[in-house]
Amino acid sequence: MGVSRRDFIKLSGGTVLVASLGVNLDPAKAYAKDLRIKNAKQTTTVCPYCSVGCGILVHAENGKIINTEGDPDHPINEGALCAKGASVWQLANNETRVKKPMYREPGGTAWKEVEWDWALDRIAKLVKESRDKSFKTVSKHKVKEKLADGTEVEVEKDLVVNRTEGIAHVGSAALDNEECYILQKLIRSWGLVYVEHQARI
Amino acid sequence: MTNHWIDLKNSDVILAMGANPASNHPISMKWIMRAREKGAKLICVDPRFSQTAAKADLYAPIRSGTDIAFLGGMISYILTNDLYFKEYIVNYTNAAFLVNPDFKGPSDLDGLFSGYDADKRKYDKTTWTFQMDETGVPIKDLSLSNPNCVFQLLKKQYARYTPEKVSGITGTPLDKLLEVYKLYASTGTPDRAGTECYAMGWTQHTVGTQNVRAMSMIQLLLGNVGIAGGGINALRGESNVQGSTDYGILFHILPGYNPTPNASLVDLATYIEKTSPKTNEPKSVNWWAHRGKYITSYLKAIYGEAATKDNDFGYSWMPKIDVGMNASWLMLFDKMFQGQFDGFFAWGQNPACSGANANKTRTALGKLKWLVNVNLFDNETASFWRGPGVNAKDIQTEVFMLPCCSSMEKEGSITNSGRWGQWRYKAIEPLGESRPDAEIINDLFFKVRELYMKEGGAYPDPVVNLSWEYGEKDSSGKIKHLDPHAIAKEINGYYLEDVYDTKVDPPKLIGKKGDLVPSFVFLQMDGTTSSGNWLYCNSYIMKDGKPVNMMARRGKEDPTGLGLFSNWTWSWPVNRRIIYNRASVDPQGQPWDPKRPLMNWNATKLDAKSGKPGVWEGDVVDGGGGPAGTEKGKLPFIMKPDGVASIFGPGLAEGPFPEHYEALECPLETNSMSKQRINPTIKIFNDQADAFYSCDLRFPYVGTTYRVSEHWQTGVMTRHCSWLLEMQPQNFVEMSVELGKELGIANGETVIVSSGRGEVKAVALVSERFKPFKVENTTVHQVGLPWHYGWQFPEDGSGYDSVNLLTPNVGDANTMIPESKAFMVNVRKA
Ligand code: SF4
Repeated sequence: MGVSRRDFIKLSGGTVLVASLGVNLDPAKAYAKDLRIKNAKQTTTVCPYCSVGCGILVHAENGKIINTEGDPDHPINEGALCAKGASVWQLANNETRVKKPMYREPGGTAWKEVEWDWALDRIAKLVKESRDKSFKTVSKHKVKEKLADGTEVEVEKDLVVNRTEGIAHVGSAALDNEECYILQKLIRSWGLVYVEHQARI
Repeated sequence: MTNHWIDLKNSDVILAMGANPASNHPISMKWIMRAREKGAKLICVDPRFSQTAAKADLYAPIRSGTDIAFLGGMISYILTNDLYFKEYIVNYTNAAFLVNPDFKGPSDLDGLFSGYDADKRKYDKTTWTFQMDETGVPIKDLSLSNPNCVFQLLKKQYARYTPEKVSGITGTPLDKLLEVYKLYASTGTPDRAGTECYAMGWTQHTVGTQNVRAMSMIQLLLGNVGIAGGGINALRGESNVQGSTDYGILFHILPGYNPTPNASLVDLATYIEKTSPKTNEPKSVNWWAHRGKYITSYLKAIYGEAATKDNDFGYSWMPKIDVGMNASWLMLFDKMFQGQFDGFFAWGQNPACSGANANKTRTALGKLKWLVNVNLFDNETASFWRGPGVNAKDIQTEVFMLPCCSSMEKEGSITNSGRWGQWRYKAIEPLGESRPDAEIINDLFFKVRELYMKEGGAYPDPVVNLSWEYGEKDSSGKIKHLDPHAIAKEINGYYLEDVYDTKVDPPKLIGKKGDLVPSFVFLQMDGTTSSGNWLYCNSYIMKDGKPVNMMARRGKEDPTGLGLFSNWTWSWPVNRRIIYNRASVDPQGQPWDPKRPLMNWNATKLDAKSGKPGVWEGDVVDGGGGPAGTEKGKLPFIMKPDGVASIFGPGLAEGPFPEHYEALECPLETNSMSKQRINPTIKIFNDQADAFYSCDLRFPYVGTTYRVSEHWQTGVMTRHCSWLLEMQPQNFVEMSVELGKELGIANGETVIVSSGRGEVKAVALVSERFKPFKVENTTVHQVGLPWHYGWQFPEDGSGYDSVNLLTPNVGDANTMIPESKAFMVNVRKA
């Protein structure tokens, strides 16, 4: 019989099953014990690349991801992954990730590391400045109006728009749904209408 | 996707056209191959002999940008050879509807439809309407013989698309063309299912929407919509691009596809009145008539208690676009180029490489006062000020690079192409000082709001009234850490009061204050319910008095064997796995194909609730009500006001039927189908930076872009992974052996590819996969390049730069998606 790696993992935790199979799985159990994931915390995730949505098992030990592999229980990928999904652990273990906010001043020629609070305070200030400066309350529109005698005329009218013209936003299809929701909620509360993301391109 | 990934296994014929699933959605091939093991046939139509073609039973080449000619020919083939599913189209589409006699089509007007205004590049659609009876319902001719009925008009327009003419335009050899037509049209019988897979190969064209429409029409003619193994399936590019679209991160929609309010919709009542479609068709479910419940529940979700009946639930706090305003991607960057914006957020996206005409985008970024880039990695957008040809000292933009963490360092859900919302868990703490995007959003919310509370400012109301109840607060009232479950529950929605059904006497309690709403049919218009996104109402519900996250489920039952996996995670809407599923049964509710039954109507069984005979068995029925042929029964296309699918679709910019036009940049002087060479309704930008060149000797070859398995989009999340970069280290340009010979370019040589907008280095990949096209009587060469590279990483520049330096910033007439799949280039030795 074929024993998948997932079965090893399951079997190592459940001896009842082993007995009922009627085969000697001692070598398999020994192998499972020796797996370097034996003490790891296992969680499930979904591949962050394409939209097939393959399931991935993530094994972490001491706060570090030590292994990722296709989730054999996932009905779409049944444990398989493509090259991208298979290398997902390199996203978490990656020396080229940015680990601290960076800032580049006007005319500056290099990045410098800054504190989160400083960066976010500064961005909040800039958002407010740009919003206050470019906020448009009304916009002129040609609208049809009925006169007392029933005839229709076209008149120019100020219609309420309450929007910020001076800030734009793009992104992102890389966020979780919950993040997408609060992000659109936030930027619309600031009055942004130039709001776009990957789906448009 | 109307269907979902696993459902591909239920098909008899799978057409991959406008997509290359083997490379770009590799695991989807598992299900395509599973279908093939059962005898299904895979057809691949692609300009290049792609990896999908290598696995296909039938491959046909096509010149980029000529899909409508190809598909129009298939429509004609189906109609002339009587291969359509007559009962389906008569009952479930508008094929039998009579069109306004003043309507004229491309066969009468040489490529145009009636109502064209050349100065405005726009149609007056007055004649694109149906003839109505005295009750306001479209008049039908069920025999499909009236010359004004949709079916006959369809026949008339596509009679011009003869196989010979199509082959001349597309460059597809005649015998291959006919083989594809014959095989695909074989799915027009009730016992056969055909499906289509497309991706950016169809959407990134000036006729993108009509490409998809043409195929949708074929699927309707063959009765392939709403059935297992059928449908029209957009293979979406990013893990959560379905979700981010559902959540309305686009200028024209709010979450759940409610339109963005415009200035003429002056209050909530007007918004509801003007955006809720009406119908006089008694059998139409007309689902969008519920718009008022969804928008009111949305306002209650975002403004919470601040939204009251007296203040119109905060409707005036919502920003409004002007009537007819287009704020889409290309317009946004055009405005940025003109200096309209002070500030810009590039959040989890790399526009300096991802948008068409990247040089224009990169120049535009330099006109900003400030730029915030949120990403895992530094990228070409964040570092635009130190990019090739830029003098950093000249760039006055203040730039922030905020590091977010990866998906394994936080918790939440994403929605795949098959509409499955799937929950993911946090495995480790964020790397270094990186943070979940949600935490960055949280901080910005509190910091901006604090400034407005302290200092006041322009119209602070929407800023200070936003509701933000997502977890434990610190002493200053700020949420310490956002709880994704609290957000997911707000999205699902709550009963804000005890809600009663007042139609019965005495009124019956439907929902208890504080409980999660079980599904969107319970949402209310009076402010007594909330829901951040009605489409996701049912994703987090009460079971035995406790909230249950449906998106985290891992049930593996598959009782039908169709692979619906209804207990695995959750699918919108209300966990329905195949939408428009009531089109899978005949008007009496019996499956068209008893071998592949999605559901059926049991006319004698008593309904548990009403006690009356008649219940649906199988998949969750779309929209309720009995089958269309029964008394009070309902038509299957519940989102359409007429209740049927639109073969005649008057909603689009360039006409109710797709017509072949050439790409904006093309190798031909004329369109042999009509005298209208390009899409008559596209917006053409006129700055020098927007240059385009057709039939210009400087740019003689058709260019296209695509992806490889090892990289993803602009490559930010894959170029930084050493395994993947090692496998695909740098930009290449693929060309035929014939073209290589003509240019004296050998495989592996470094070359420069140029267009009217820029140039990029690439390694020549001379291969058999491209073949020169015989188009009309000339030879047309096509080349292709992947768009995954950028100057910023690898840092030594060995990957070369983005091929979007070449692509034109012209968009589809409806969606404004740029035409990155067909443009003109030249290739020279470096
Ligand atoms: S593993 Fe590959 S096919 Fe699966 S979701 Fe990830 S990128 Fe897509």
